[in-house]
Amino acid sequence: MPTNGVQQTSAAEAAITVRNMTMAYGSFVLMRDLNFVVRRGDIFIIMGGSGCGKSTVLRHLIGLKEPAAGEIFYGDINFTRAESQERERLLRRFGVLYQSGALWSSMTLAENVGLPLGEFTDLKPSQIREIAALKLALVGLKGFEDFYPNQISGGMQKRAGIARAMALDPYILFFDEPSAGLDPISSRLLDNLILEMRNSLGTTIVVVTHELASIFTIGNNSVFLDAESRTQIATGDPKELLAHSKDPRVITFLTRGEEGGEPAHNHD
Amino acid sequence: MDHPIQQHDEQGKVFFEPASDATLVVRLSGSWCLRSDMPPASLFNEQLKAVSPRRVAFDSTGLTNWDSALISFLTQSSELCRARGIEQDRSALQDGLRHLVELAAAVPEKKGARSDAKRPSFLTRVGDASIAYGISASDFLSFVGELAVAASKYIRGKARYRRIDLLEAIQQCGAEAVGIVSLIAFLIGVILAFMGAVQLSQFGASIYVADLVGIGMVRDMGAMMTAVIMSGRTGAAYAAKLGTMKVTQEIDALITMGISPLEFLVLPRVLALILMMPLLCLFADLIGILGGMFVGVTMLDLAPGSYMRETISTLTLTNLFGGLLKAATYGTLIALAGCLRGFQCGNSSSAVGDATTQAVVMSIVMVVVACGLFAVAFNILGI
Repeated sequence: MPTNGVQQTSAAEAAITVRNMTMAYGSFVLMRDLNFVVRRGDIFIIMGGSGCGKSTVLRHLIGLKEPAAGEIFYGDINFTRAESQERERLLRRFGVLYQSGALWSSMTLAENVGLPLGEFTDLKPSQIREIAALKLALVGLKGFEDFYPNQISGGMQKRAGIARAMALDPYILFFDEPSAGLDPISSRLLDNLILEMRNSLGTTIVVVTHELASIFTIGNNSVFLDAESRTQIATGDPKELLAHSKDPRVITFLTRGEEGGEPAHNHD
Repeated sequence: MDHPIQQHDEQGKVFFEPASDATLVVRLSGSWCLRSDMPPASLFNEQLKAVSPRRVAFDSTGLTNWDSALISFLTQSSELCRARGIEQDRSALQDGLRHLVELAAAVPEKKGARSDAKRPSFLTRVGDASIAYGISASDFLSFVGELAVAASKYIRGKARYRRIDLLEAIQQCGAEAVGIVSLIAFLIGVILAFMGAVQLSQFGASIYVADLVGIGMVRDMGAMMTAVIMSGRTGAAYAAKLGTMKVTQEIDALITMGISPLEFLVLPRVLALILMMPLLCLFADLIGILGGMFVGVTMLDLAPGSYMRETISTLTLTNLFGGLLKAATYGTLIALAGCLRGFQCGNSSSAVGDATTQAVVMSIVMVVVACGLFAVAFNILGI
């Protein structure tokens, strides 16, 4: 597999392009020289060991942190250098599911899903409520419109978070550790939901995860981050990486350390 | 480590027996448990120094009972051996014990993981603290600037916020605060009246207690005490609420939605406090005057009517509006401090606590400083 997809993918099919990105907290460089392309309709996995900076990459992609160097493109729009209005327009085309769900706790589920609709469309309140109910029904939460986030379980909060992320029918959905804190069945159902959304809506999906089961079930493209060398060490389809990668670090990770040598103890 | 719980075991002991070919045998016996007193590893170090063996053999045959206490002793001992290049023989240790000791030594210590315990010098700390103050001052200014932008959007009717949030904030910092504000204002009126009564009644001028309480409450104390209550009540609530929203990524969720948290969360809260503070202050003024009158009527035998007449004749509209202006200003400061500290909150529950504390301290300090500036300004302007 090519380790650098920038040259191989034309701008037309690239949803997100990351060029030479360096991430840093002050003077501490977390990752450097990140180069990868997320194609339209991909389920793109950002993977790597705990604490290597997966979620930080996501925070850069959705504009919560600025790269210390390098650029992020959405289609052919430079997100890093965009003016604030352009940026806001792009942001409205994203949906983000946060690790903890991050539902607004003072609002009911219907209000959570309806808020972006109310702010960015001219729909009437009754229409907003109908669409919110539909989105909740799509994630299996029919009838929970008037519940507050603290009245439902963690798995349901995640699903409500997805419903909110899908509120504006985004082109790109970001998921930060979707299966964290879920039992195996719930996380399997969540994987199915993610696949379903890609297949039926054609949404491009970026997932941060280290769950091997999810990685192989849903991913068709990925970037592998390594904490030790502080950069990416592989890109491509996770299944291909498992079959063909020569890098022992990648193989060790993808086989839970059963091949590719003893897992090194990681202090991070 | 499955061993029966034995309460009255023999205490853990260690014996050192030098054997042939420069071997030191470490014999462990009795019960090595965290609850009882155990021999320290320094004993072993002394032995090593005294005997300087080439090989150390550990023997646990006399052991009745053990837990982490023994593993700690053995790990420290093997570190000492390794540092001196002494060969170790653990074959006479129980299996479980040997595994745990080897497990603890399996991953070498990461260089730099142990933080430098060295305390920075006094000058370094003073410097760091002053830089931190500078940064926090510039943070405050940029926050005020961003809020001004949001406010101008609000005036043009373009700000994104929910009216219900504004109404809720108004209810929380307005109607719900009336009880505590009236209690405190009444007591402040009583205290002012007492302080004046002691002096004024000596000259038979106790009617002037009404002037003292009236002017004191309306010009300064009404606004001041309301501000102190509101910074403890509402400022702290703002910081805690926004800080928690930061921890649970709810603020991030707003930003990535393209909704400015400043417009959506801060603006309604600041507006609510600016609107409600003068009203609360007006109420506090009235209740404070009633408190003074209570003292005047019950202790100083003044007639309620003459007390009221004296109060009305001494108060001017300028006094009143001065006080209300102060109240609105204090309200702004409290809301700013609360929201700023909430936004700056870190990512843990203890950070929320810190943010709340800092918000209250910051708002009270700013209110008192503003009060001083007002006093000087009003004096110069002759109000």
